[in-house]
Amino acid sequence: MDYFTAILGPLLNGTAVTLQVFLITLALAVPLGLGLALVRVSRFRTASGIVSGYIWLMRGTPLMLQMLFIYFALPFVPVIGVRLPDFPAAIAAFTLNYAAYFAEIFRAGIQSVGRGQHEAAQVLGLSYGQTMRRIVLPQMVKRILPPMSNETITLVKDTSLIYVLAMNDLLRAARGIVQRDFTTMPFVVAAAFYLFMTLVLTWGFMRLEKKYAVYDD
Amino acid sequence: MISAQGIHKRFGSTEVLRGVSLHIDKGDVVAVIGPSGSGKSTFLRCLNRLETIDRGRIDIEGETLVDTDAGGVCRYAADADARRICRKMGMVFQQFNLFPHFTVLQNIIEAPVTVKGLTREAAIPPAEELLRKVGLLHKRDAYPSHLSGGQKQRVAIARALAMEPDIMLFDEPTSALDPELTGEVLRTIRQLAEEHMTMIVVTHEMAFARDVSTRVIFMDGGEIVEERPAAEMFASPAHPRTRAFLNHLA
Repeated sequence: MDYFTAILGPLLNGTAVTLQVFLITLALAVPLGLGLALVRVSRFRTASGIVSGYIWLMRGTPLMLQMLFIYFALPFVPVIGVRLPDFPAAIAAFTLNYAAYFAEIFRAGIQSVGRGQHEAAQVLGLSYGQTMRRIVLPQMVKRILPPMSNETITLVKDTSLIYVLAMNDLLRAARGIVQRDFTTMPFVVAAAFYLFMTLVLTWGFMRLEKKYAVYDD
Repeated sequence: MISAQGIHKRFGSTEVLRGVSLHIDKGDVVAVIGPSGSGKSTFLRCLNRLETIDRGRIDIEGETLVDTDAGGVCRYAADADARRICRKMGMVFQQFNLFPHFTVLQNIIEAPVTVKGLTREAAIPPAEELLRKVGLLHKRDAYPSHLSGGQKQRVAIARALAMEPDIMLFDEPTSALDPELTGEVLRTIRQLAEEHMTMIVVTHEMAFARDVSTRVIFMDGGEIVEERPAAEMFASPAHPRTRAFLNHLA
């Protein structure tokens, strides 16, 4: 029991790092992803094509590679070259990567709202922007909850990748103790922490789904 | 009120409308009948820009929605103008197209609030009045999925009327309904006719077309074949194609 209390401190510190990366990424990647999705479904062909290319790039290369690139290689890129400290570099990589996945989820949700809804809004005099804001996006939210739940749970666990920038997230903290003390106990505790975080997320998304169940499509 | 001249429209290689012209005056109730694929729904949808035309001219209450120049190029009014012009027409769809995430009342006040800029407080009393008129005030807080087809369509009619249109367009308003539910919707439309609302109704309900409309238009193959007062059209159709169509139904 004493040992448990002793390792709890570092593991909680690691959890704090994990949660920070998770929450900041979510707060930035959701709006960015929504913006990308709206451009992707817009009638501006060129912009839509650029977004497609962006999504291909971000989904087509490993997140870890993107993180290493932003941290180590970006400083040497002409014009946009900037040297980021480890935490901002990690956040930038996660945000850019997850925004691409979110964008595709949002696009699927937007496109699943039928043409009849657009036509009804149009004949009532709503502009394209009003139709999106008032009619399409609210209906999209209900439909994307299950895939968004998936994606955010994946994000919680993906945060462990930041160890490559030598940041002390939950998993790296646990591994440090395992290597120091020759016991696998910290792994079990870390697993329990991850499970607790995903439990909270699962529960939160269930609440949301229930809230949106007041109407059927 | 509405003037459409020489409307042409094609989907790919199929010519759906081949020079349709129609003039609607205030208070007209025009029923458009004809076989499936005759272009009647497409024509209706061209009037409020749900479909864009390839050639011809449409004027709504003296304002030009679209015109074709001497070179054959079709030009629509600028988007904001076109939306303002089309707002004079309300539309009711075969599939209702109610907003499922809104309650009945929210469906009705959405456009008055979002488009006309009314406050919710100002929009609610007339919306409730419209619901009373279509007999659904007791459903004001229900979601569309909890309504029957006939109720949905009556809400859709109230929603269109909330924008105070001068003209109502009905695109097969009873075609998606069970037979026992068509009556309540037709009664509502009939009530509008009695209030002298200008209406164009694309319909398969011949009895309704005969009893309610002032004029009947028979379309076939993307053209208006015959256009006559309702009583005459059903008593003595002039054109062989009209006769064949009406006989086939009887």
